[in-house]
Amino acid sequence: MKFDIEMLLKNDVRIVVSTFVGISFLFIIVAMILGLDFNGTVNTIQRIMFLSAVYAMVVLALNLQWGYAGIFNIGVAGFMLSGVYTMAIITGDPNGLIPGLGLPLPIGIVGGVLVSGLLGLLISIPTLKLKADYLAIVTIGFAEIIRYTANALTFKTFSIAGVEMGTGAGRGIHLPMNPIRGLYYIDPSNMGLGKTIVGEYIFGFFEIVQVQSSVVVSWTYAIVLIFIVGLFYVVTYRIGNSPFGRVLKAIREDELVANALGKNTDIYKMKVFAIGCGLMGLAGILWQGSYGYTNPTTFQPILTFYIFIALIIGGSGSNTGSVIGGVVFASLLFEGPNFVRRVIMHVFKFDKAPNSIIEAMIPISSLDFEPFISYSLANISSLRVVFLGLVLVYIIQNRPDGLLGDRKELAASIDISRRPVTETREGKEA
Amino acid sequence: MSSSKVKRKLSGRKKSAKKYPLKVEKIGKKFGGISAVNNVSFSVEKGSITGLIGPNGAGKSTTFDLITGVTSSDTGVVKFNGEDITRKRPYQIANIGLVRTFQITRELKEMTVMENVMLAPKNQMGEQLSNVLLSKGRKRVESQEEEMLEKAWETLDIFHLDKLANEYAGNLSGGQRKLLEMARVMMMDPSMILLDEPMAGVNPTLKNQIITLIKKLSKKGYTFLLVEHDMDVVMNHCNPIIVMHNGGVILEGTPSEISTNERVIDAYLGGSE
Amino acid sequence: MCAYSIGMIRYYNILREKVQKDRGTAIVFLSIVILLLDLVFRLIIGKNESQVVATYLWDGLVVGLAIGLAGVGLSLTYSILKFANFAHGDMITAGGFSGWVAVFAVAGVGKFDMKNLLLVGAGKPINVTELGISVSTTPVIILFGLVAAIVGTILLTLFIDRFVFRPMRHHNDGITLLIASIGIALALRYGLAFVFKTQNRGLTAASLTASYSVPVGTGSVQIDLGEITLVLVAIALMVSVHVFLQYSTLGKAMRAMADNRDLALITGIPTEKVVRATWIIGGALTGAAGFLITLERGTISFQFGWILLLFIFAAVIIGGIGSVYGAIAGGLVIGLTSTISLIWIPADLANVAVFSVMILVLLYKPEGLFKGVTTA
Repeated sequence: MKFDIEMLLKNDVRIVVSTFVGISFLFIIVAMILGLDFNGTVNTIQRIMFLSAVYAMVVLALNLQWGYAGIFNIGVAGFMLSGVYTMAIITGDPNGLIPGLGLPLPIGIVGGVLVSGLLGLLISIPTLKLKADYLAIVTIGFAEIIRYTANALTFKTFSIAGVEMGTGAGRGIHLPMNPIRGLYYIDPSNMGLGKTIVGEYIFGFFEIVQVQSSVVVSWTYAIVLIFIVGLFYVVTYRIGNSPFGRVLKAIREDELVANALGKNTDIYKMKVFAIGCGLMGLAGILWQGSYGYTNPTTFQPILTFYIFIALIIGGSGSNTGSVIGGVVFASLLFEGPNFVRRVIMHVFKFDKAPNSIIEAMIPISSLDFEPFISYSLANISSLRVVFLGLVLVYIIQNRPDGLLGDRKELAASIDISRRPVTETREGKEA
Repeated sequence: MSSSKVKRKLSGRKKSAKKYPLKVEKIGKKFGGISAVNNVSFSVEKGSITGLIGPNGAGKSTTFDLITGVTSSDTGVVKFNGEDITRKRPYQIANIGLVRTFQITRELKEMTVMENVMLAPKNQMGEQLSNVLLSKGRKRVESQEEEMLEKAWETLDIFHLDKLANEYAGNLSGGQRKLLEMARVMMMDPSMILLDEPMAGVNPTLKNQIITLIKKLSKKGYTFLLVEHDMDVVMNHCNPIIVMHNGGVILEGTPSEISTNERVIDAYLGGSE
Repeated sequence: MCAYSIGMIRYYNILREKVQKDRGTAIVFLSIVILLLDLVFRLIIGKNESQVVATYLWDGLVVGLAIGLAGVGLSLTYSILKFANFAHGDMITAGGFSGWVAVFAVAGVGKFDMKNLLLVGAGKPINVTELGISVSTTPVIILFGLVAAIVGTILLTLFIDRFVFRPMRHHNDGITLLIASIGIALALRYGLAFVFKTQNRGLTAASLTASYSVPVGTGSVQIDLGEITLVLVAIALMVSVHVFLQYSTLGKAMRAMADNRDLALITGIPTEKVVRATWIIGGALTGAAGFLITLERGTISFQFGWILLLFIFAAVIIGGIGSVYGAIAGGLVIGLTSTISLIWIPADLANVAVFSVMILVLLYKPEGLFKGVTTA
């Protein structure tokens, strides 16, 4: 029985790895067409990997809530924000422009995860009996309350029990230096003070192949994130493939039945809300943490919708599907269109794009598509979202199970699909 | 059981909790001013197959809901094994051994038959997050699941569902769903089972098998209370039979008493819809 | 005296029973009373308070009616088609744009480049003072724009229903449709951005719009014709919708379907026809709302409807889903909360207050505050 689970796991690891490799390969080709040098290519792949890992993490967290328990939480962005901001406030310099508590980063991360988890728990308790569409509106409203609060000038700086702190309001807030830099630099905040031994050797090695040290640092962080995606996967896999996960699925299918079968469904829902939102907070921290700065605009409701699209593409209910969905969304749907634009612009060398769609469309009557294409490319960021919306409608209409959602992933810690050979007792009772 | 026992007026003599595990005392429920169940009292004897019948709208399913905590009653008391369960939640009632099926089958569609059955056992270690997440606890979860799996296969054998173990419950036929619900309930090790129309939509062969099974289990000491419209089944296999009409109990007695009683005949023929 | 005191005791007992039964409402009621008392106190001691409060009231009324009007369409589709339409906000934006395309094309013909007029100045900013549109000076063109907004939005909603919602009619759970509506919302909003670009732009010449000063206490409240138009048209539209739902055969069929869809099917109500009627009426009100809101503001951007959406949801929920007067009342609650709350809290937390009220209503009175008061 264990053997089967391992087989499944191997099989799934193969799916994930081949997706990663396939997409990397695709982007290497893109980089070659664009004529990027080795450093540029390596950097492009790094960006794709980084964003894919971030999406994979959040989608796994959401899958636990929606895919397993059927909890329709569309306040994901708010729970990510609360994690990042808590971390920022805990670790901020007490004497900075926006003062913080000045505590070490690990405390900040743990605090961020806890606050997001607690907020999830807080919103779960009164909403246990709510219909799914009402829950949707409550969660998105709650997320907007969080965002508006972070954005409010009132809390730019404030004090609790005499301790000064703040959110920085609309201007955003500084985040601590990425600790990965400490691996390479003696003083992570001042590169001038020199490199560590690891830094000397690794930078030295990559200089030979002409990869800049900044790219090496980002790559290291991307690798760390991919490793953390693995941890997220193990956690969600263990929760899902267990009697606990079985109850979650039962709640999704019919909460009353789960209750009539002796399961205290409220407690399960509260736990899943807390864990899922805590993981969302952590994903937010790991995502924004690498930028050194964040602001409330990053966490608009559209972010939540992106994560939902990624989950639906991958297949809601499947952990492996969640990872695939995150990777496919981040690389092909989110970053992809920009690269399409760059490739077409590079190959065809269009004139300046017309500045309105009508001017772009008039030449079509004489079969000249160039102005329209170049207008479309110039406005690819809008067109991309149109495309995402249509993809969502298409999937929900035609393939609601997503890429991997139609597989049977049985919720148990052992293989329950096959009968143990030694136990065969035919026709025991009539 | 002798008919003299059941003839006694219910409110009259004291009945020991040991002999009568389920006692319903004067329960009532109104929905928007209309009384669905009104002042209903009865007891169910241990090891019996008690039938609960009545025309549509008599309040049978509501009575089930009130007993199992799905709906909370406005008045009255429900006792199970001497314990007051009136204000208890469905999961608490199920966990002390009083479980039910539903009139319209509520199988968990996008879970396999085996997942449905494995969901039911009580006190699963793998329902605790700490056991699930940590490797040490997980070992114990796995060994407990292996034991449960063995029992699950045996239960599926009994209900002739073993060949369908990996099918999604949503793909089963109506009769198979009824069986699955009963299999699920059996996995909970209950002492008393409430069945809401177990024969509806079941073919005659299967019907006989279900009856045989219920009788066998009742001999082992399981107590059954079933709502059923199939009069053949009720008259031949249930004793005593409780008749409900317009939200109240109008009679309780043996099949022969029921079949000759004029009030019962009136209720069915001139019964309100 | 004795009878009086017995009466008091009885009254007290009834009140106590009600409070025990519905503690949430009691707390809300009590908080509102306290806030009102505080408001009266402020009016008595303050100098300029009366002017400030009057301005808040008027602004709250205008915002509230706008949200209420926008909410009636959402409420109709929510109660009859049984799903929360997240594309509603962007349908409002689409309505606004279709109205202003018509207005710009008519008002600017000959003076400006037609290609640019049809895009409401997306290619090159148009000087609105030169274009010279306002309710006061060009009411006929404005009326034409209103009609264009209504027609445009009806066509859009019918198109979306045909290709997105109709193939999904067999889905019984609202969540699948809700997710599809999120897809439409994204596609529609950024489709508008693709055509009309993303910048916020002016529409009417503020200097040409008549404005009246109404004296209040020691100061005065400024009321302009755009706001008055919005208030009057909104009230007229809402009353006609009410009359339609209450007295016409189709309106009765719509209410029947909102009440009990299965029953409506059995009794032979042509559901597809009712669904189409719902989209037509909902679309008309949505388009009108989009146009009137932008007319009152004097500006338009591709996200304005989306930003309003959560407020509209709040109004519809507070008023009770499916009720026309409820949507209006909910809209007024939202509008007035967002302005009057400024007396006590900073402006940047007004939205927080509004959404908190919405969440509290959803949690403790999900059937809406005005259930039982209204019928349609």
